[in-house]
Amino acid sequence: MDSILLQILNGLDKGSAYALIALGLTLIFGTLGVVNFAHGAIFMLGAFCAVTLSKVLQLSFVTIDETKKDFLGNPLKVETPYVEAWFGPEIGASIIDWAVPLSILLAIPVMIALGLLMERGLIKHFYKREHADQILVTFGLAIVLQEIVKYYFGANPIQTPPPDALLGVANLGAWFGLDLPYPIWRIVYFCFAALIIFAVFAFLQFTTFGMVVRAGMADRETVGLLGINIDRRFTIMFAIAACVAGLAGVMYAPINPPNYHMGMDFLVLSFVVVVVGGMGSLPGAVLAGFLLGILESFASTTWATTTIPGINQIIIYLVAIIVLLTRPRGLMGRKGVMEE
Amino acid sequence: MLGLNKKDSTLLIVVAVLTLFAPFILNPFPADSALAQFNAGYPDLMQRFVVFGIFAIGFNILFGLTGYLSFGHAAFLGIGSYAAVWVFKLFTYNVVPAVILAVIIASIFALAMGYVSLRRSGIYFSILTLAFAQMMFALAYSVLSNPKFNLTNGETGLQVYADDPQMFHRAGLPDLPHLFGLSMRATYDLDIGAWSFSFNAGYYLCAVVMMVVFYLSIRIFRSPFGMMLRAIKSNQTRLNYTGLSPRPYALAAFVISGAYAGLAGGLMAAMDPLAGAERMQWTASGEVVLMTILGGTGTLIGPVLGAGFIKYFENIFSKINDAVLHQWFAFLPDGMEDFVVFIIHPFVGKGWHLTLGILFMLVVIFLPGGLVEGGQRLGKWIKSRGKSEETDKAKIEPAE
Repeated sequence: MDSILLQILNGLDKGSAYALIALGLTLIFGTLGVVNFAHGAIFMLGAFCAVTLSKVLQLSFVTIDETKKDFLGNPLKVETPYVEAWFGPEIGASIIDWAVPLSILLAIPVMIALGLLMERGLIKHFYKREHADQILVTFGLAIVLQEIVKYYFGANPIQTPPPDALLGVANLGAWFGLDLPYPIWRIVYFCFAALIIFAVFAFLQFTTFGMVVRAGMADRETVGLLGINIDRRFTIMFAIAACVAGLAGVMYAPINPPNYHMGMDFLVLSFVVVVVGGMGSLPGAVLAGFLLGILESFASTTWATTTIPGINQIIIYLVAIIVLLTRPRGLMGRKGVMEE
Repeated sequence: MLGLNKKDSTLLIVVAVLTLFAPFILNPFPADSALAQFNAGYPDLMQRFVVFGIFAIGFNILFGLTGYLSFGHAAFLGIGSYAAVWVFKLFTYNVVPAVILAVIIASIFALAMGYVSLRRSGIYFSILTLAFAQMMFALAYSVLSNPKFNLTNGETGLQVYADDPQMFHRAGLPDLPHLFGLSMRATYDLDIGAWSFSFNAGYYLCAVVMMVVFYLSIRIFRSPFGMMLRAIKSNQTRLNYTGLSPRPYALAAFVISGAYAGLAGGLMAAMDPLAGAERMQWTASGEVVLMTILGGTGTLIGPVLGAGFIKYFENIFSKINDAVLHQWFAFLPDGMEDFVVFIIHPFVGKGWHLTLGILFMLVVIFLPGGLVEGGQRLGKWIKSRGKSEETDKAKIEPAE
């Protein structure tokens, strides 16, 4: 019982990342009808927002402390981060400590700007072209973004620790008499993902803007005929989708040290998630994200890997193939979306 | 000639001449001059040109004719390589059985993968092939290299060791892949004045194979079967209404292109008896898509051009470093020189992939027909410029 619950919990954090990226992909696909292969790169850029901010916050100047000596007998050089000098040592230290959550504030405007730029600058010109062309041009863009990041940050993963307060392990099961040790940051990640997913759905369901967007997803032409500038709203939805993926990346940085190709790794899986969930179905994307995350974690148990070697590596693809062949529309796909 | 019309025969002859005289054509600069770094006429690179040319020609039969965009073709390349290295390990270093087996095994895998993937089309097809290829990559990388059943040797890559059985290996034969005794690394160097040209046995084997498969691809393009594949691309619904099922044709195209990829993989192993899982990763599949698009999808010569172009510039760009750049721009004033080098620096050397990505985007955006279309446009423009003086006013703009 404990171990089953633990596997479910283990699946949740990866599942949350899949769900968030897949949600963004589906939003873009459902509104603009574009298959965005650069979405993984946006996730990666989000993670590098966290890296950048924590590096910027740690920028420091060197002072020479005459009173202390290092082991060679020279005056000790003390590095003081600018933040500590400005805000006092304690507040400064805690700002540096909380760099990852703080980078959400940085990531939101950056990602929205990036999303608007991508949509207006590039993807706008690809609505009328084939899906193959859309895939290819966004694939090219993903390579470019990835290589730029590689140029500035190097090819190695960069450790980005979470705040000290959220470091460590909590025993979730203590309340129920179970033994479930689980890293705190992963709980934070899951709650954060749930919050964002909830926010996106609430936005679409309960605001006028969301209503228009949903109407546009159902029948773009009619909404346009009613005198609504649907293109502009879809552009904003693209920015929101980019923002969702970016935030997913920011918060994922402490779980998995970011490197330049993490986006591509997640992208392939997220596409599979979207297809399993059903192209164009938002609840489907979220459901499939969590489902596949949990399934993957179950497949990684020693029991599963000794029974069928390598099952943890291929389970997601296997599920995708089976789903696509037996239920071509995916778990919750609607009729008429991306049918051939 | 050989059942081709005049235009296609000319094309085939041009390709044949280019590949046979490649050691001369690719080495236009004297060996000790400053421009020698632009020479591409050394065996390793020339082999890559033709091997990737074969791969891209095969991919083009699927993507160019039927329009099915596969993101998993590198899997067949990898499978071909593994099959060939296994032949080297178990039986003999002779490349003929190795390459034949590579083609057969890759075709079998292509048949299975195509049978499943082709049930869907469009974006679903791309994702299915991607999923299959990633699955095979993951398996080859980790699971199939466990000590009990080591099929792929994981991260290290599969290679031939001294204690492998090699049943048909005899003492007189070279300890390297060979063609009935002729080592694939055998190279004849010809020095004419300051120039040096090298003729490599492995390259010529690949070149001959490429000409054969290029000829086959021309025949496929011009055959009724090729027409059928084009029909799938242009309008599948209409094809269904005429009472024909597109699937067997698409499957045949898929298997053929898979066999081409297996052939390329086998040859790659024959040039260098080593097979690694990274050859199967989806970035490798992306690369062949790139080559085909860059050259010109659906044209005969396009994929070969694209493969050559990418491999050549990959080689040249990766070699350029800051020292070389400083040497080039030495004529500029000091500050200017540093600035120019600073600007160019991210795009060369290790940054080659950045250049490639930008180039790829530009081609997809502005030149969907690739280099071939670019060439045609250029040709038209030159022609029309020659005529324009008298026919300028009579020129009619074509309707969009």
